[in-house]
Amino acid sequence: MATAVLPPQQRTNYLNAEHGVKSWLLTVDHKRIAILYMLSITFFFFIGGIYALLIRLELLTPAGDLVQADTYNRLFTGHGIVMVFFFLIPVVPAILGNFLVPLMIGAKDLAFPRINLLSWYLYVIAGALMLHVIITGGVDTGWTFYTPYSTAFASPKVIEAGLAAFINGFSSIFTGLNFIVTIHRMRAPGMTWSRLPLFIWAHYATSLVMVLGTPVIAITLVLLVLERVFHLGIFDPKLGGDPLLFQHLFWFYSHPAVYIMILPSMGIISELIACFSRKRIFGFNFVALSSVAIAVLGFLVWAHHMFVAGMSVYAALIFSFLTFFIGVPSAIKVFNWTATMYKGSVTYETPMLYAFGFLGLFTIGGLTGLFLATLGVDIHVTDTYFVVAHFHYVMVGGVVMAYLGGLHFWWPKITGRMYPESMGKLAALIGFVGFNLTFFPQFILGYVGMPRRYYQYPPEFQVLNVLSTAGATILGIGYLFPLVYLLWSLRYGEVAGDNPWNAAGLEWKTSSPPPTFNFDVDPVVDFEAYNYDELKEIPVER
Amino acid sequence: MSENQHHVVPLWLYATIGITLLVMTGVTYFVATLDLGPFNTIVALAIASFKATLVVLIFMHVKYTSEKMTKAAIIAAIFFLGLLLTLSLADFGTRAWL
Amino acid sequence: MSDSHAAVHSPDHHPELRHHFMTMEQQQNTASLGMWLFLVTEVMFFGGMFCAYLVYRLKYFNDFAAASQSIAVGWGAFNTAVLLVSSWTMAMAVRCAQLGKQKLLIVFLLFTMLFGSAFLGVKAKEYHDKFVEHHVPGADFSFTEKLLGHPDYVVNQYHAQMFFSIYFAMTGMHALHMVIGLGLMAYLVVATARGKFSTAYYTPVENIGLYWHFVDVVWIYLFPLLYLISRK
Ligand SMILES: [Cu+2]
Repeated sequence: MATAVLPPQQRTNYLNAEHGVKSWLLTVDHKRIAILYMLSITFFFFIGGIYALLIRLELLTPAGDLVQADTYNRLFTGHGIVMVFFFLIPVVPAILGNFLVPLMIGAKDLAFPRINLLSWYLYVIAGALMLHVIITGGVDTGWTFYTPYSTAFASPKVIEAGLAAFINGFSSIFTGLNFIVTIHRMRAPGMTWSRLPLFIWAHYATSLVMVLGTPVIAITLVLLVLERVFHLGIFDPKLGGDPLLFQHLFWFYSHPAVYIMILPSMGIISELIACFSRKRIFGFNFVALSSVAIAVLGFLVWAHHMFVAGMSVYAALIFSFLTFFIGVPSAIKVFNWTATMYKGSVTYETPMLYAFGFLGLFTIGGLTGLFLATLGVDIHVTDTYFVVAHFHYVMVGGVVMAYLGGLHFWWPKITGRMYPESMGKLAALIGFVGFNLTFFPQFILGYVGMPRRYYQYPPEFQVLNVLSTAGATILGIGYLFPLVYLLWSLRYGEVAGDNPWNAAGLEWKTSSPPPTFNFDVDPVVDFEAYNYDELKEIPVER
Repeated sequence: MSENQHHVVPLWLYATIGITLLVMTGVTYFVATLDLGPFNTIVALAIASFKATLVVLIFMHVKYTSEKMTKAAIIAAIFFLGLLLTLSLADFGTRAWL
Repeated sequence: MSDSHAAVHSPDHHPELRHHFMTMEQQQNTASLGMWLFLVTEVMFFGGMFCAYLVYRLKYFNDFAAASQSIAVGWGAFNTAVLLVSSWTMAMAVRCAQLGKQKLLIVFLLFTMLFGSAFLGVKAKEYHDKFVEHHVPGADFSFTEKLLGHPDYVVNQYHAQMFFSIYFAMTGMHALHMVIGLGLMAYLVVATARGKFSTAYYTPVENIGLYWHFVDVVWIYLFPLLYLISRK
């Protein structure tokens, strides 16, 4: 480890092993592919963010003064499609998962490196198609593409948008397949299942959902496009079809897709809380298996999105009942994370601040999900801002918080440089305040009856809407700020050692940034996961 | 290379399976011309499943593999396909009850 | 990355061993698991269409039965036999690969392609017949046949069209998989002729074989579900 003291740019690592655009576009190194994903997903995050900003600006006043109804429909559809398919689903697995899964299990690469690159190209092709849709006028169906509106009335752009989501689905399928095979076949000697980091367990569970669920949305979108082009009638009530069949097939994937988004984030949180509490995660086995339980139970609840759509009341009862069970493994995680911090030596670095944010916001998001699972309450708040607030607490408060926490935590491993700690803390705080100011008022708005997806509203809702728009502005700053100082740190950041957090896990035992094949010596694992009792404290000078 | 990957299935077994599959195709057609009421569908699916099982076990070598993950993958596919079909039918089958 | 092989593996390793695997056995087990998981995704992919089929068959049983009776069961049964035989030749091809009989491997692959093409040819003929009979969903659709044994039953046009929508979607997607399979097999023939495979390495033959058998299994269910709803 004598090389560890050299500045990162003087050692051979995955970043400087080869040069030129071609060496990036044809790379099969999982770490470089993770960087490619990071660039493209960040791009789409800001596209989706611009949509959000325009939506919030329109809702600043009760009247429709910035945009008209048709444009507004295109705005929230674009926001939904971009954020769900091009940001939330790939963000953690394709960036941090791609980078860390082989490192954490002691492998040289993912099982199928060329398929990994193919996944990224599929993402880019799908993204380009979606951008084309956006530039040429957009779609107005909502991200859910509900029939018969999408197949009989909406603009034909829906074909292109559907194909974009279809292609993107295969990117996701291949990523999941790659992870499962890698975790089964590529673990280093001694890396048993009980020694696997919880980040890996979470990604394994996520991959199960990707592999089992995504093909169903793929064929559903194919049928949608065929219906639109050839008027098949499978989802068209005029031709004897049943639009609810589309909703069933759509949500068979799209409910579990929520777990594609949140499970990897839960994996990040486990790593952060263990490191910054200097303790092994309390109830390791329960946290690990609760990920798999969430993945499986997630397939039993999808029709809770259809309670008021005209489905059978008996089936609605079953789906409502089953939905409550999902709360159990999620609660197991939250309780065990909290118990991990108990009597731990907790410190408050930036990643841990994001983890705290996650804990509070995910808990609110999850508990309001139970309101919505309750049949009677759901009928009251369906299609109101209560639903919007609920899923943004999980998706933004949960996923984005965890992603930013993870990004800061592994930034020294990915780039070899530290981010500026005080700015990191400030950004985490701004994000937390901005988030709550944006979305908490929406719970109240929804509960008193403001419907979602309308560009106008009665004047008595204005105060809360103004608060929400103000919050969104602060939140936007909270996201732009890290972009600025993280880029700054690439050049001016303090050089990070191999293990700046004194953290457990194989990824910290190689150099920062790691060499192309990850480890100079093939690792052998002879220690348990999260062996923080054997590790030193986090260096204080930071 | 591990032994299970190399299992060479004897020719007579491949021949038997091939002929059985062809015979069962004839049987399934013949049964469809009989009036068995609701059992027509059940028998047709039973024969199809029998044929599919032969293909999976012998032609796809699942009978000879010691690899648990192959079997787990097959069980997972059947299980989750079953979930999709049964829980969808929980709606379509009971919607008219009210 | 191939130039960094030597740095990672001893110089005498198998030429097909890729840089991130330790042994040929690990590589083979990895590829096999990948293929099986891919087939799981295929089951779910076709599963969406089976779901649509199931819902409408239960809802519109008589119309589905009448529409099913209008497709030529003889050709369907013939095609089933052709595909089963092609599955058999594929299994034989893998067996030849296991035993290192490269010439016989090529012969069986070519036979598999022949039977696969025959299947697609018959399928094209069936599609053509349906086109002539105005049984293709769309503006020209018209279904005048009666339900066997129930001459008074008026077949609902929309519901009969629904059957054909699903029929074309499912058999079309199946045929697309066959075309891809034929392409993969053409690759295998070329690769075998170039001496890429040996008894130590024939993973692509094995995995493409699995794919072909899977396509066969899908058809094993499609035949009774689409052709044999009611033939009494
Ligand atoms: Cu849901």
